[in-house]
Amino acid sequence: MNLFHFISDFFNDSAHWQGYDGIPTRVGEHIQYTLQALGIAALIALPVGLVTGHYGRGGNALAFIAVAGRALPTFGLLVLMTLLVGFGMVNVMTPLVILAVPPILVTTYEAMRSVDPSPVDAARGMGMGELGVLFQVEVPAALPLILSGLRSAAIQIVSTATIAAYVALGGLGRYIVDGLYQRNYEKVVGGATLVAGLALVTLALFWAAGRFAVSPGVRRRA
Amino acid sequence: MNWDRFFDIPSDLQHSWLGLVGLHLREALLPVLAGLLISLPLAQLCVRFRWLYPPVLWVTTVLYAIPSLAFFVLLIDYTGQTELTVMIPLTVYSLVVLVPAIVDGVRSVPQETLAAATAMGFGPVRRYVQVQLPIAVPAIIAGLRVATVSSISLVSVGALIGNQGALGNMINDANIYNRPELALNAVLSMAVLAILADALLVAVRVLLTPWMPRRSRPTTKADRPEPAAAALEDAAR
Repeated sequence: MNLFHFISDFFNDSAHWQGYDGIPTRVGEHIQYTLQALGIAALIALPVGLVTGHYGRGGNALAFIAVAGRALPTFGLLVLMTLLVGFGMVNVMTPLVILAVPPILVTTYEAMRSVDPSPVDAARGMGMGELGVLFQVEVPAALPLILSGLRSAAIQIVSTATIAAYVALGGLGRYIVDGLYQRNYEKVVGGATLVAGLALVTLALFWAAGRFAVSPGVRRRA
Repeated sequence: MNWDRFFDIPSDLQHSWLGLVGLHLREALLPVLAGLLISLPLAQLCVRFRWLYPPVLWVTTVLYAIPSLAFFVLLIDYTGQTELTVMIPLTVYSLVVLVPAIVDGVRSVPQETLAAATAMGFGPVRRYVQVQLPIAVPAIIAGLRVATVSSISLVSVGALIGNQGALGNMINDANIYNRPELALNAVLSMAVLAILADALLVAVRVLLTPWMPRRSRPTTKADRPEPAAAALEDAAR
């Protein structure tokens, strides 16, 4: 038996496609965790990154937050919070948000800093207000990098949300964790394949979003 | 939380706390070193043959999108529940940070500098080792920092494939024996290790690039976190 046998067995078993522990349910849960965590992280990190980047202050503080956030092991935080707080969604969301904030924050800041200053000056000279400069000049020019920060945060969340299963929540990690305990290798491999697939879909979505949202002038230069 | 038993490591981990720290450092740092050894020649090829760079970036990005737990589990079939199963994915992940860092660093060397080196009679190898690499050091170290810090925290996931997570195994035990202080110990130890490793790399950069301005320079070019940090953050897992 090699890997591909396991994978095809897993996906060909119709029992895996329905019910409480079925693939659609688990994929749905996984996507829900991902969107929630990404949403919260973006809500925190994007405004801070945009404002600090716009005024060009606080770069060192952001760098420190990024190192600190990355240094905290997500898996450890998850178990620690579960032991201290008890079972629930907060335990899963907190580590995932801590995981996702640093890439969004630092990339957004860097993206804003790397915007060519001459169009910004030109916009000011034409009488644009600060908000206009921020949203109509700087953000569109910085969008490719901002999106790449969101992308790496999203991929990290997709892959890390698997550990939610370790503290008895759902998502695709269920297959991996249960499969390991049940010595059901087919299930483990199937779950791993699904997570990897979801991560690749995320990659593709962000690529498409970049095509769609980034203005052609900016894209050509990049 | 039982503070008296903070360093009371359960015997099933078969290591003292320091032993776990050593194991953790080995499992986290060897992959970064291996990644550096792979990405140096790979990056040089990408600099030499420009068409190679986009596909290499794509492959590393796609490999990087494979979740660590999934990667570990898929490897069990080939390498068993061993340290190697944890270290191979970490090596692969480090490439996605290190290759762009080195390529950007080497490419950032000004054309005049290269011309000057050639005019002084440097051959391609000597020029690479004595001119291009030293100038690329800040970018390379920036990449190493991201790779090292994330590698240290990722090792703990190895606990999920059967006691291959070093300090992460303490997290597992904390859960089994309901001893939160062990999880806190693991989280804090890993965070401290990561921050120390990060500080050490910054010190190495300062030592290796004596010509660079030290900290507390006048705020001329604003306070940037690190050169090439934006491109790297893209990759930091």
